[in-house]
Amino acid sequence: MPRTILDPKILRSLVPALSFAVLLGAIFYVQPRTMSYFGLNLMLNLALPIAFATIAQMFILTVNDLDLSIGSFVSLVACITATWLNEAPLLGVVALLGCIAAYAALGALIHLRNLPSIVVTLGMSFVWSGCAILLLPSPGGSAPDWLSGLVKFRMPFIPFSILASLILGLIVHFALMRSATGAVLRGSGGNPQAVERAGWSLLKTKVTMYALAGFFGVMSGMILVGTTTSADANIALRYTLFSIAGVILGGGEFTGGRVSPIGAILGALTLALVGSLLSFLRISPEWQIGAQGIILIVVLALRSLVNRLEERQA
Amino acid sequence: MSPSASSDRPIVELNDVAKSFGAVKALDGVDFSVRPGECVGVVGHNGAGKSTLMQVLAGTLAHDRGEVRLNGDVVAASDHSVARAHDAGIRCVFQELSLCPNLTVAENTRLRHGSIRGFGWRRQAARLIATKLDEIFPDHGISAGAVVGDLSIGRRQMVEIAANFSATESEPRLVILDEPTSSLDQQVASQLLAYVKRFVEAGGSVILISHILGDIFGTCDRIAVMRDGLIVEERPADKFDRHSLVASMGHVTDEDTPAPQSQASESQRRGEPIVSARPPRQTDDQRLELHPGEIVGLAGLAGHGQTALLRLIHNAARHRSRYASVNGKIAFVAGDRQADGIFPLWTIGQNVTVRSLSALSRLGLLEKGREREMEDRWRETLKIRTPDMGDNILTLSGGNQQKALFARALASDAEIIAMDDPMRGVDVGTKREVYERIRQEAENGRAFLWYTTEFDELVNCNHVYVFRNGLIAADIERDQLSEQKVLHASFEGEAA
Repeated sequence: MPRTILDPKILRSLVPALSFAVLLGAIFYVQPRTMSYFGLNLMLNLALPIAFATIAQMFILTVNDLDLSIGSFVSLVACITATWLNEAPLLGVVALLGCIAAYAALGALIHLRNLPSIVVTLGMSFVWSGCAILLLPSPGGSAPDWLSGLVKFRMPFIPFSILASLILGLIVHFALMRSATGAVLRGSGGNPQAVERAGWSLLKTKVTMYALAGFFGVMSGMILVGTTTSADANIALRYTLFSIAGVILGGGEFTGGRVSPIGAILGALTLALVGSLLSFLRISPEWQIGAQGIILIVVLALRSLVNRLEERQA
Repeated sequence: MSPSASSDRPIVELNDVAKSFGAVKALDGVDFSVRPGECVGVVGHNGAGKSTLMQVLAGTLAHDRGEVRLNGDVVAASDHSVARAHDAGIRCVFQELSLCPNLTVAENTRLRHGSIRGFGWRRQAARLIATKLDEIFPDHGISAGAVVGDLSIGRRQMVEIAANFSATESEPRLVILDEPTSSLDQQVASQLLAYVKRFVEAGGSVILISHILGDIFGTCDRIAVMRDGLIVEERPADKFDRHSLVASMGHVTDEDTPAPQSQASESQRRGEPIVSARPPRQTDDQRLELHPGEIVGLAGLAGHGQTALLRLIHNAARHRSRYASVNGKIAFVAGDRQADGIFPLWTIGQNVTVRSLSALSRLGLLEKGREREMEDRWRETLKIRTPDMGDNILTLSGGNQQKALFARALASDAEIIAMDDPMRGVDVGTKREVYERIRQEAENGRAFLWYTTEFDELVNCNHVYVFRNGLIAADIERDQLSEQKVLHASFEGEAA
């Protein structure tokens, strides 16, 4: 059967790219000055940490779990980065590694005790928030110089944030979608029993996925501090919902191990750009959240339309 | 040790093996062994312990008592694992498919074979599975890059089988096939059985579990009959005949179900049909019609649009449809239990009553007593084997889960019951009980739409529509029905 552009499977993977392109086009139309190196850099710089957090969430969604704590976790990492990592680098590194280990341990706990991930991570979100407030009761701290230098690095021709998103997408795509190990990891979201029967350890896959989520959560927090240069215990709370929406916008599903790393990053960038577009349209901040929600619903409706097309063809 | 002695040593040997789940003794002291180069058939009705036995052999369940030997070495229960069994060359095609629907065919192959790794693993895995598929099922038409979730259930089964027969660093020596042909159409099933014979001639071993006795007799050298967690009879296949085999399974021993003669099929085909439907792609004016009190069969090869039409009719009962008109309430009996049949977290009783909740409630609240009463009535009527309808649905064996789904449809107020190949992997005894029930219900005026892949079931129908490529290819009256005709309609045009 010839594969046309109307083939729902291709259409499905095109939806995230198309919605991103439409949004970017709209921004360029409303505010032509953004169509420059500087403009893009400014808009997308704040999107980069969201992209990392979305990738972290995607690893959790791959194994049919949901992480409601990623926002407070990123906030805690941001606080650690702006204080300990700056003042006592060794302590900071140990603390960040400890955060990743804690995530891996959560994965083990959820698997071994067969707990619902939503409950565990919801509980943990308060723990992370509490730690962050203890560490940095009032907004402040400062980013290590090397970190802000890295994030503010001015690449020739292509803004750093675009290149970094691209590299991030490609690395995760190859690791998760193309590698032999990645197939096993995704398989444990598709049919855990089958993966176990084939002789793989579900505990290991779950721990791996949670550790990866922790790692990308740490990356997200560090980059965020690199951009903002200071931290606050509530700095990234909205990332939890952003990251979930980003994965789903990008063509992922809540269950069944169906995810797309490149789609997830496009989804995250789209969400971040919605805010810019609404500001350019001079929509007042109190209406922005609602407008963001409406845009989200429109894109997801488009998705389910494609899904229905797919079903009709099957 | 002489080579002949070592080659004759059993691949797997069980001595007095027992396994219980709580109070239920699934295996109660089984002695069983398989030697290289033989095909052993295992038969028995639902809950006889076949699946448990296979799971012990495959290493997915640890036995409570007794001795398991792999290639002559005793394996402790704590040590017995999938990896151990896999190393010994044991592969198992489970009745509930063990493929990941989100992965491609090649990726699923890689999941089975840990040794496929490194650069170019996709190509390696694709080549491995494609070669095996070509060998077992010529003209299968499955691409190694296809996502398994997009394949029909029959094709998934083919992939599952081929993946288990394929070899990388350790050769498959004993392949367990648990109801392998239940979702395959007849042509593909015979390709599989022919391959099993070739595999056994080449020195491999196969355990075949099937409810199609013709498959067992045509393929196996030895047959073991299970009942109540025991092997009650074990003989070379030629020492059994159909009659004695069914007899030892412990069910009524009459010959093939006599075709029910009593109902006059013609007289009911009058008046307005309660269902009139046409497949969306049908170009001529052929329609499927169903009258009250009729059993209408949907026949043809698996996956040729029968399920799609049943779903279309089911939806047409609530929404207007261009293709179907339905005058009555409809209930659906799913064939793919796991995917669209049972509510896995609910009790057996809840699974039965869910279709009738509004009838069981007053002022929007459920009446517990009437709910209980319905649950118990249907446990009696369909002989669902459970101590308590309050147990989780998954405590039932596959056939009994299917009975619960029948009870759900029959207990409802629906005048029309659509059945989507509901007898997949169900034993002979249960089938007869259910056929009888369906005939009684039809006499009381209910109408049935019955998609089946087994010809034997079509004799229960008043009218049969044969499907091919999503279209109704033939419309056969009951008194003209013959296997020849159905096959002819299913395959006609393929040669052109």
